[in-house]
Amino acid sequence: MSAVLEIEGLRKTYKSRRRGVRHALDGFDMLVEQGQVHGFLGPNGSGKTTTLRTLLGLIRPNGGRMAILGQEVPAALPAVVNQVGAIVESPQFFPHFTARDTLSLLAGAGEVPQTRVDEVLELVGLRDRAGERVKTYSLGMKQRLAVASALLKKPKLLILDEPANGLDPGGIREMRTLTRDLAASGMTVLLSSHILGEIQLICDSVTIISLGRRVAFGPVDQVLAEHSGGAVRVRLEAVSDLPAAADALSRAGVAVTAHHDHLMLTGVEKPAQVSRILAGQGLYVSELAPVTVDLESVFLELTATAPVPGQHRQVDQSTKVGDAGQPGVAGGGWGA
Amino acid sequence: MSLYRTELRRLGKRRFARWATLLGLLVLGAVLVGVFFTNQKIGPDQLAAAQQKAEQEYQQQVRWAEAERKSCEQAKASGQDQQDGRYPPDCEMITPPPPESIEAQWFLPSTFDFRASFEEMIVTFTAILALIGFVIGASFVGAEWSSGGMTNLLLWRPQRLTVLLTKLAALLTGLVGVTLAAAAVWTAGFWTVGTLRGTTEKMTSGVWQSFALTGLRGLVLVVVAATLGFALASLGRHTAMALGGAIGAVVVGQFGLGIVMSMAGARFVEAWLLPTYGLAWMTKKVTLEDWDSCNTSSHFGECKPDTFDLTWQHASILFFVALVAVLGAALVSMRQRDVA
Repeated sequence: MSAVLEIEGLRKTYKSRRRGVRHALDGFDMLVEQGQVHGFLGPNGSGKTTTLRTLLGLIRPNGGRMAILGQEVPAALPAVVNQVGAIVESPQFFPHFTARDTLSLLAGAGEVPQTRVDEVLELVGLRDRAGERVKTYSLGMKQRLAVASALLKKPKLLILDEPANGLDPGGIREMRTLTRDLAASGMTVLLSSHILGEIQLICDSVTIISLGRRVAFGPVDQVLAEHSGGAVRVRLEAVSDLPAAADALSRAGVAVTAHHDHLMLTGVEKPAQVSRILAGQGLYVSELAPVTVDLESVFLELTATAPVPGQHRQVDQSTKVGDAGQPGVAGGGWGA
Repeated sequence: MSLYRTELRRLGKRRFARWATLLGLLVLGAVLVGVFFTNQKIGPDQLAAAQQKAEQEYQQQVRWAEAERKSCEQAKASGQDQQDGRYPPDCEMITPPPPESIEAQWFLPSTFDFRASFEEMIVTFTAILALIGFVIGASFVGAEWSSGGMTNLLLWRPQRLTVLLTKLAALLTGLVGVTLAAAAVWTAGFWTVGTLRGTTEKMTSGVWQSFALTGLRGLVLVVVAATLGFALASLGRHTAMALGGAIGAVVVGQFGLGIVMSMAGARFVEAWLLPTYGLAWMTKKVTLEDWDSCNTSSHFGECKPDTFDLTWQHASILFFVALVAVLGAALVSMRQRDVA
C-alpha cells in the first residue's frame, strides 16, 4: 500500500515579543496510506489544524518534510491540489452568495466542470436549498456545503476537519456512510474529529497528536491493543474465594487489584494461565474476560487530558512526548 | 473557466459592488440632470431681457448717484460733512458709472458652454468614480478575507500572488469597463445639455483631443484609487482597513495637517493636501498663491502674491510612489504571512 500523505519532523514556531516562543508543531510525523480512512486526533490547541493548514500551504512551516501523493509540498502543491479536497476548521463562505454560486465559483477557479456542482449538492443533501444564501444556513448546512466543496474535485485525498461539527444525529450517520462510501471508492480520507466514537467506527488507522508531537499512530485495533495493558477481569463462583485467589495470583507474579465482587489483573500475557493457577488452588472461575478499551479512554490516557475532579485543566496542559518523565503532563503554550 | 473569468463573475455577483456602482451612477445622473435644469439656451429673448435688466440697473445707478450728490450738497451747506468726511471735496465728483460699464451679459441666465465647461465635468466624473473604485476595490478583497472566501480560494489555487493579482486584474477590468461606458454616456449627456441648454460651438479636434487626454488621466486616477483600496484592504485583510485608513488619512493627514501647517505659518498649505494633487493631475497645473507675501508689481503699489505651480508630473510622482508602496506591501504580505 503506497503512502498518500507523509509528514516527517514538521515544525511550526510562533514567536511573540510579549509571549515568547510557542512550538505549535514540534517535529510532528504522520503517515496515511492509500484507501484508508485515517483519524487525526488531538486535544484543543494540540496542532491538528496547524498541521492541516501547513499541509495545504496556508501556513509556512519552519522545518520538516511533507508529501502528498508522492510529491513534496508546498513546492508541488499547485500540481497536486486538484487531487486534494479539503475543509479546514469551521466552514467559511461568503455569506451573501447562494450555495450554488459558491460552488460554481470554486468550480470555475479550479477548472472543474459546472455539472459537478449539482452532483455534489445532491450528494450532501443540499439540492433543494442550493438557491438560498449561505447566511441563512445553519451550521450543519454550512458543514454540508463545506463537504460538497471538498468533493467538487473528485479528490484522491479528502481532508475533513471536524466534518460532523453542527450536524444532527441523522447528518452524522450520513457523514459516516458517505465517508465509508468514499473510502470504498478508493478515496483516502483524513478525518479530524473530537467525536472519538465516530472515529473508532469509521477509521482504519489513527494518529494522535499532543502539543505538536505524535503520541500514537497505527491501525485502530493496534493502538487500542497497545494501550489496553493486558487487563483481565476475573470473577469466581464464590465471592468469598476472592482473597485466596488474589493471594495465589500475586504469588505467581500477576498484578492484582481487588474489587468487592471481582479481581482486575494487569500484565497478563495469556488469560489461560490465570485459569491454570486458580484451578491448581481449587478455585473455579465463573468469568475470565480481557478488558477492552475504547479510543476515548486511550486518547485521554495518551494526551493526559482526562478530567480530574477539583481541577480545571488549561488548554495547553497535555502530554508532550520526548520530555523528561513522559508520558506526563507538560505545561505548553506561550513561553514554553 | 479560468480564474480570471471566475473572478470577473464574482465581481459581478457581489451585491456591494453592484449597489456601490449604481449609487455612483445615480449621483452622476443627478449632476447631469441638475446641470440640465440650471442652464438654458441663450436666444434673442434672453439677450433682450438681459439688455433690459442692464438698462434698469444703469437707471438705478443714475438715481442713486443723483440722490447722493444732493445729500452731499446738503451736508456741505450745513457744515456736517466737515465732521464725518463722508463725501468728496467736490460733490460734482459723484456721478453714475458710464452705461457701457454695466454689461448685459451679467444678466444672462446660466448657460452650458460645452467647450468651456466639460473639462470641469470630467473632473467631477473622475472624483465620483475614483471614490466608488476605492470602496469597491477595498470591499472586493476585504470581504473575501474576512469571510474566509480567500482561504477557500487558496485551497483551490495555492498560488498566492497569482490569486491576488488575478483578483486585482478582474477588479480593474470591471471598473475600467464601467468607467468607459459611463464616460461615453456622460459625454453624450453633456453634449445634449450643451445642445439643448447651451452651446456646443467651437469644438475643434484639438479641444476633443484635450478632453480625451483629461479623460485618460481621469481613468488612470480611478484605477489608482481602486488599486489603493484593494491593496490596503488586502494588507489589513479587512475592508475596514482600507476605509479606516482613508478616513484616517482625510481626518489626520488632511484636516489635521492643514491646521498644523497653517498654525506653523507654512507657505502654500494646499501643497500638503491630496485633493490639490488630484486637481493638478486632472488639470495639468494648479497655481498656489501665498497671500501673506506682497510683491509690488506696478507703480500703483498693487500686491502680487508669491506663487507655486503644482503640475501633473508632481502628482504622478506622488501617486506612483503611493501605489508602489501600498501594492508592494500587500504583495509581500500575501506572499509571506500565514493564512490563519
